[in-house]
Amino acid sequence: MSAHTLRPGAEAIAEKGWLTAHKWLLLRRASQIGILLLFLVGPWFGLWIVKGNLNYSYTLDVLPLTDPYLLVQMLAAGQTPENLAWIGAAIVVAFYLLAGGRSYCSWVCPVNLLTDAANWLRARLGLKGSAHIGRAARYWILAMTLIVAAVTGTIAWEMLNPVSMLHRGLLFGMGLAWAVVLAVFLFDLFVMRQGWCGHLCPVGAFYSLIGKLSVLRVRLPAREACNDCMDCFAVCPEQQVIRPALKAINGAPPLILEANCTNCGRCIDVCSKNVFSFGTRFGAAVPTVAGAVSPALK
Amino acid sequence: MENASKPKAKWSQVSAASRRQFFADTARLACGVGLLGLGLGLYARHATALPPVALRPPGALPEAEFSAACIRCGLCVRDCPYHMLYLAKPGEPLSTGTPYFVARQAPCEMCEHIPCVKACPTNALDHALTDITKAKMGLAVLVDQETCLNFLGLRCDICYRVCPVLDKAITLEPQSNLRTGRHTLFIPVVHSAHCTGCGVCEKACPTEIAAIKVLPLQLARGQLSAHYRLGWVEKEKAGGSLVAPDVEHSYHLPEGMQYAPGKGLSVVPPGAEPALPQGGAVPPAPTFPKAFQGDKL
Amino acid sequence: MKLTRREFIKSNAVAAAVGVAGISIPGAQALAQARGGDGVRWDKGVCRYCGTGCGVLVGTKDGRIVATQGDPDAPVNNGLNCVKGYFLAKIQYGQDRLTRPLLRMKDGKFDKNGEFAPISWDRAFDIMAEKVKATMKNPDQGPFGVSMFGSGQWTIWEGYAANKLMKAGFRSNSIDPNARHCMASAVFAFIRTFGADEPMGVYDDIEHADAFVLWGANMAEMHPILWSRITNRRLTAKHVKINVLSTFTHRSCELADSEMIFTPQSDLAIANYICNYIIQNNAVNKDFVAKNVIFHKGVTDIGYGLRPNHPLELAAGNNGYPGPDGKPKGNPGASTPISFDEYAKFVSEYTLDKAHEISGVPKDKLVALAKTYADPKTKVMSTWTMGMNQHTRGTWINNMLYNIHLLVGKISEPGNSPFSLTGQPSACGTAREVGTFAHRLPADMVIMNPAHREAAEKIWKVPAGTISDRIGYHAVQQSRMLKDGKIGFYWTSTTNNMQAGPNINGEMLPGWRNPKAFVVVSDVYPTVSAMSADLILPAAMWMEKEGAFGNAERRGQFWRQQVKAPGECRSDLWQYMEFSKRFKIEEVWPADLIAKMPEVAGKTLYEVLYTNGQVNQFPKEEAARVNAHAWAGYTNDETDLFGYYVQKGLFEEYRRFGLGKAKDLGEFDLYHKVRGLRWPVVNGKETLWRYREGYDPYVKAGEGVKFYGKPDGKAWIFALPYQDPPEKPDAEYNLWLCTGRVLEHWHTGSMTRRVPELYKAFPDAVIWMHPKDAEKRGIKRGDIVKVATRRGEIELRAETKGRNKMPEGTVFVPFFDEHRLVNKLILDATCPISKETDYKKNACKVLKV
Repeated sequence: MSAHTLRPGAEAIAEKGWLTAHKWLLLRRASQIGILLLFLVGPWFGLWIVKGNLNYSYTLDVLPLTDPYLLVQMLAAGQTPENLAWIGAAIVVAFYLLAGGRSYCSWVCPVNLLTDAANWLRARLGLKGSAHIGRAARYWILAMTLIVAAVTGTIAWEMLNPVSMLHRGLLFGMGLAWAVVLAVFLFDLFVMRQGWCGHLCPVGAFYSLIGKLSVLRVRLPAREACNDCMDCFAVCPEQQVIRPALKAINGAPPLILEANCTNCGRCIDVCSKNVFSFGTRFGAAVPTVAGAVSPALK
Repeated sequence: MENASKPKAKWSQVSAASRRQFFADTARLACGVGLLGLGLGLYARHATALPPVALRPPGALPEAEFSAACIRCGLCVRDCPYHMLYLAKPGEPLSTGTPYFVARQAPCEMCEHIPCVKACPTNALDHALTDITKAKMGLAVLVDQETCLNFLGLRCDICYRVCPVLDKAITLEPQSNLRTGRHTLFIPVVHSAHCTGCGVCEKACPTEIAAIKVLPLQLARGQLSAHYRLGWVEKEKAGGSLVAPDVEHSYHLPEGMQYAPGKGLSVVPPGAEPALPQGGAVPPAPTFPKAFQGDKL
Repeated sequence: MKLTRREFIKSNAVAAAVGVAGISIPGAQALAQARGGDGVRWDKGVCRYCGTGCGVLVGTKDGRIVATQGDPDAPVNNGLNCVKGYFLAKIQYGQDRLTRPLLRMKDGKFDKNGEFAPISWDRAFDIMAEKVKATMKNPDQGPFGVSMFGSGQWTIWEGYAANKLMKAGFRSNSIDPNARHCMASAVFAFIRTFGADEPMGVYDDIEHADAFVLWGANMAEMHPILWSRITNRRLTAKHVKINVLSTFTHRSCELADSEMIFTPQSDLAIANYICNYIIQNNAVNKDFVAKNVIFHKGVTDIGYGLRPNHPLELAAGNNGYPGPDGKPKGNPGASTPISFDEYAKFVSEYTLDKAHEISGVPKDKLVALAKTYADPKTKVMSTWTMGMNQHTRGTWINNMLYNIHLLVGKISEPGNSPFSLTGQPSACGTAREVGTFAHRLPADMVIMNPAHREAAEKIWKVPAGTISDRIGYHAVQQSRMLKDGKIGFYWTSTTNNMQAGPNINGEMLPGWRNPKAFVVVSDVYPTVSAMSADLILPAAMWMEKEGAFGNAERRGQFWRQQVKAPGECRSDLWQYMEFSKRFKIEEVWPADLIAKMPEVAGKTLYEVLYTNGQVNQFPKEEAARVNAHAWAGYTNDETDLFGYYVQKGLFEEYRRFGLGKAKDLGEFDLYHKVRGLRWPVVNGKETLWRYREGYDPYVKAGEGVKFYGKPDGKAWIFALPYQDPPEKPDAEYNLWLCTGRVLEHWHTGSMTRRVPELYKAFPDAVIWMHPKDAEKRGIKRGDIVKVATRRGEIELRAETKGRNKMPEGTVFVPFFDEHRLVNKLILDATCPISKETDYKKNACKVLKV
């Protein structure tokens, strides 16, 4: 298999050209950095398009956006918010129901830039071996944060949460947040592949719950064209989500319904055979190629 | 849904060995996460003890509720026109991401329209606060009488004059300066009913280390015991004596003298009718300068 | 106290030396005490700020002031200070001290529009001398075109040396102090009523008075230590009442038993009402009035001290300005004698109704106030500062207040005291007593009086006719003359007139930047004035020179030079004297004048004015001898540089002016040994209450009270009316604008704003306004607003709370903030008699920005 000697995506670059083979990656980076910049032009240049941070923000003094996970923690801690925060949470939930729950992770979250870098470096340095923690750990942690909030009556997780710490740090001053962020980076680099985002982060876990029902999905309209180069597996942050759809395990449709798919689109980029594309969760019944269609989706 | 049916399928497929492995993994995970949760909970309890120098923005809920209600978004910080609010950074001794200010550095300027409260999406800053003079961010305390310039007889009174609730939150109580015999000590007295804890006094205090400091309410306030009441306060509250008034008193007095209970002996002013004490009626109080009225206490 | 062995030997050596010199010193204890255990040397001094004159002890170590303390033995303050005084140790050490002469230059040469660049003192004096000589020769300018502006912060000898340099040396009477903006109305009224300047009472009146009336003074903030005494009097004597008259509620009102907020300018009507009340209720002290008072009616059509072409001045018949025929239109200070009955009739018009109507003060309060003065058993102390002095009828209102005290005879005795307070440390000592006004000479003499000129010329050893009989340009006129090109050389020091003077945009800055003028500013910091000059001279300040101030109760206080000034800084005294070396007498005096005294021919001005056998009569060693009780081997910079004890020579020459004229000052040496002396000092004894037998050595036995400033010994009561100010709020400019001070900052803030703690306590000026006035204009507390008058606008934050509570229709802005120059807004209208600007009554509008 050629992929063993070449880096993942090499074939795709050869086949489709570099730009097309990086289309979603570039768009995603643009989105992550762009959103960060939208927040930063306020404190940097006094251009207040967006105020606040990823926990809660207020755009152009009209659009409230609330992190629903935080809202849930707050409710668990026994407090109720003002109307704007409810509206903001509703907007966010609605949006991710459309755009895919964990799209938050790959398109918005600033920690993703960091963990992607760690994983890239891990691959470049050829670091093998990884601690084993189940991917379900994040749900345990998610539950734990809510229990601690309820027991202590504070939003305790916010004291550790590297996601909001990094984002708030960039906007309001880092303090010792860099140490936490560095710890996440080093953990992903040396201790565990895809450790933070793929196994531990309760924020991602929370969004994956929304992702169970979300509309936007990676589809595999040409899964029979797969040449088993394994590039998509190599780049996927949640490798377990691809196999059922690609290999029609248990008659799975050519559609990734796994809640933990982050809609990063990297599989679309690196596939030289154009197996993948974005689409909705609907319409999977219309087979793009001859093959079994899951009765569950009918 | 397919997802829902998947585990069932798996259960039947896994071997006994891998099932044991699964239980072991799960137990390990649960323990790990549980320990993490315990640590987090302890850390959270520790971090909700607000350090005395850090004050919350106007309208902040009591600290315990505040740390639950604040979602650390920083909108109050952004909407403060004086840029005197900060979000606690990791490593600072208060709950990370929550807003605070340090009076000595930059106090609350007490905006009439209270933009920080309006900006708060969660009621962590209580939206019921619409009159900034009702805010209770803390309480100013003249912590060091030995270094307060006014206690020493100097004429500073900066804390008094800069106070946005002048003459209510801080008053100057004049006392004779017994050392010089000719000057006055203007003693600053803070009145908790009116002090908003904005910290302007602490910021402006000109001594090397401020002699007046704003402390969180729970640190600053004392409380009288319920078993003793202040007679003059109770009387004023009730609008009169709490018990039946005395019958009229009369005294043996030489010509031209009068005596009033609680007031003592005095000369009858020329041309005036001798004052007849009537059923506990108090003679009209002489008018005093505002400076001498002080607090009602 | 522990003495180290070395200190012990030293102090004994001094004691021995002093013993040999035949001076008794209490066991050299003084010197021992002057040394603290921590290596800090302590010496007595005076606070640098206001006219109260608080004594301080200054602690130096390694050539630097490291601490100060209120002098516990100073009779004024007993060891106390206000918060400005608390920070005295820091005022000399601002980071932007000027240390080198700076000239506006382009391509290495002076250029009016050039940038400041450092030059040597030599070059600075070169160009100054060139400009002075050119100005004197310029037919448009002449000697009076050489002009100087000083202050009540000059030390006594600095003011004296400057006065002499100008009036005798350059023969220009165009020298004026900033006291013109501050005390002039008080001065003119003192002279008009009593024939002699300065209060008859002393601060001890406070402890004897039964009632206090503040007429336009916020003593709680502006005279904090005196206020502390008044408060204590009120506190410890229950019968004492305090009355505060003001145009807005300020901190002094806190202590008021009666607070009276009156419509601006209506103090005139209130004063006349009180006199009317006294007469109507037979409360006139007839014996006192018959023996000590005569009555005069002043002219009334006197204008407002504006430029002569202003419509108000064209209409005025008695403003003293040239009329159409070229002759002066009357004299604003003129008056004609009238009888008591005529006076009574004149004030009878000021009924309670009328006074209430004009002033807006409730009638019962007016009656109570009048009763306070009328009641023969109540001793009344009236105090005032800028509320009465900065007034287009400032001389009048001062006169009218004396009317009240004179009618009831409540004057010149403990507790009965009309007391004019001062705002500068030496407004009395230097500006007034040394006579640095454009019309004055030392000791209450005036240049218009030939006998006075002659006396001065004799003391100064200059030929008869040296001093011009023409009144020089006063402060406001100096700005106008600069703008009109009539002044070619202008030298200011110890003041910041570009911030403190009126109508900055209209008159002052155009004048200073007029290419026909060369403006020199001696200063210690880059003030607004310094930055508006052509040449900046770095000055020594406060404890960097030996000095003397005279406070509001006639108390002269001396201090020794404690530290060296930084860099090339030099005292103003050195600047004037050294500069005078640049002139041959032939260059400044006409030949016929020199011919009257041929021995001056060929000499320099320095030789004629200063090495005249008087000023230089005390050799260098005298400094050590005079001060041996406090400081072994003492000397000062000027003594070292000129080679003789300059300060003593100048003071002893100056002292001769007042001897035997009820202006007697003590001997120079004595002042260095005491915490001040209140003149007249006769036979080494101070005078507490003037004009009163037993207290005043000039009142003979059996005379009782004698106002000996007047030839017949009688004070004058003036019949003067209420008149409107030149500008009142109208439809567009619909608010009264009042300016003033705050406790934390002194005047233009050039010193206090450089003390970080004081700056922090009150960083920026705000405009105080009534909440309703703010609301009407859509203004919230803390909003930036624009304040505009017909002369300009400034922006600052609105304050509807805090220390000053404005009535509707009036706003207040302090003038300490150089970034918010409120004096840009002020009309340069003055009292036509005193020429003092009214900073308290302008019409303005306030807009939300």
